[in-house]
Amino acid sequence: MSHPPRRSSMLSTSSSAQTVTPSEKQVPPQPQLQTPTQSNPGLRVPSNRKTIYDRHLNRSRNAESSRASFAFLFGEMVTYAQRRVTGIQDLERRLNEQGYPLGLRLLDLLFYRTMSSSSSSALSSSSTSASPPNRPLRILPLLHLIHGPLWRLLFNRPADALEHSVSPDTPNEYMITDNDPLVNSYISVPKEMNQLNCAAYVAGIIEGVCDGCGFEAKVTAHNQPTELWPSRTIFLLRFGESVMEREKVLERAGVK
Amino acid sequence: MSYYFTILSPTDVPLFNIAFGTSKSGGDGIARFRFPDAAQNTYMTQFIIHSSLDMLEEAQWMGGNMYLKHIDTYPPASAYISAFLTPSGTRFLLLHQPPQPNLPASGAAGAGGSIGSSTMSLSSSGMGGSGLFGGSGMGSSGRTSSSSIAANPTAPQTEEAVRQFMTEVYEGYVKTVMSPFYKRGMEIRSPVFRSKVSAAGRKWL
Repeated sequence: MSHPPRRSSMLSTSSSAQTVTPSEKQVPPQPQLQTPTQSNPGLRVPSNRKTIYDRHLNRSRNAESSRASFAFLFGEMVTYAQRRVTGIQDLERRLNEQGYPLGLRLLDLLFYRTMSSSSSSALSSSSTSASPPNRPLRILPLLHLIHGPLWRLLFNRPADALEHSVSPDTPNEYMITDNDPLVNSYISVPKEMNQLNCAAYVAGIIEGVCDGCGFEAKVTAHNQPTELWPSRTIFLLRFGESVMEREKVLERAGVK
Repeated sequence: MSYYFTILSPTDVPLFNIAFGTSKSGGDGIARFRFPDAAQNTYMTQFIIHSSLDMLEEAQWMGGNMYLKHIDTYPPASAYISAFLTPSGTRFLLLHQPPQPNLPASGAAGAGGSIGSSTMSLSSSGMGGSGLFGGSGMGSSGRTSSSSIAANPTAPQTEEAVRQFMTEVYEGYVKTVMSPFYKRGMEIRSPVFRSKVSAAGRKWL
């Protein structure tokens, strides 16, 4: 239904209408008429004929990006989010929103990688069983997924602690602790903004993962420095009413 | 065997759809759906496939597998629907319709069934393989010849073939999603993705 026109005279219009198509990410200006499977005048592919669909998703699985370039990029992201911001809350919200789409993507990537390499146990944790990875249905498997595989994917180590709120008033609150979040290692927060925690970005990623799995949640990052770990951060996950209701139903049904 | 494959976002927005036929056993890869009103073919497939969403949402929380297998059947058109659920909540739905009503008790299909079968015989006149198929379907002993994943939509081989298909599409989908220019809920318009899906269909179905 969405085939681009086949006449090459339509090339200019069709290509302008298609600029958002994901496969045209890395396009040089000259039109290459041959795609690997069909010739299609509307599609422009890079000179090496490799679209994102021809690249293997596991190619970069053990590759790490430079910490310096990440710090630089993240610094720019914070600066960007800080423009015309009304307060610390607003800044954290913006950082959270930047992380959210990443969480959604990582979720799919994580499962794809676990699925395609079920033999290696690098990503499969105790919660997601080895060969066919399961979607998390209950809160606890989801938290283990975040605490283990997700953290390893992002930071190459699991998170430091996973706790449930002890207060009976807030059974929907869970906490994930990171003693030394990577995102904060090169950020010095000015005194007057000491409430700010730029790990709100990571909180956004967690929120994306929860939401993607169907667990509506609000995630916030809080400073909890100790003597040993001055930048210790607690990610507070507050699950929504609907999630808690479903949790009860599933518990009764015996779903793990 | 005719297939209609669609991808729905977690908020039920259609992201991608494609109709194709089997390429196994001499099939030519063109979808030939048998519905009472031939003019409304596309509407019917969409209607049937979307009506299975309730079943999908029920099955979603019963097991953690991504591939939910065959979840729904629409007997009047003998259409079977298999589902695959990505961890991020996107649904892949595949409607498959065997060339001949699999169950001999097609009285329920009524007039629609008879019209459908007549159009079927018309369309299958061109290819020998399909005629052979119909013959084996008539036997309806469940286990038809080993090559026919089409004749029995609920057989383990069919489930396995559909699972392989879904897994391959999932790979393409993850690649789409990983593109920084793709936002959740956007229609997938890439012709490369489309060709990948039809290649997977040729390979497995």
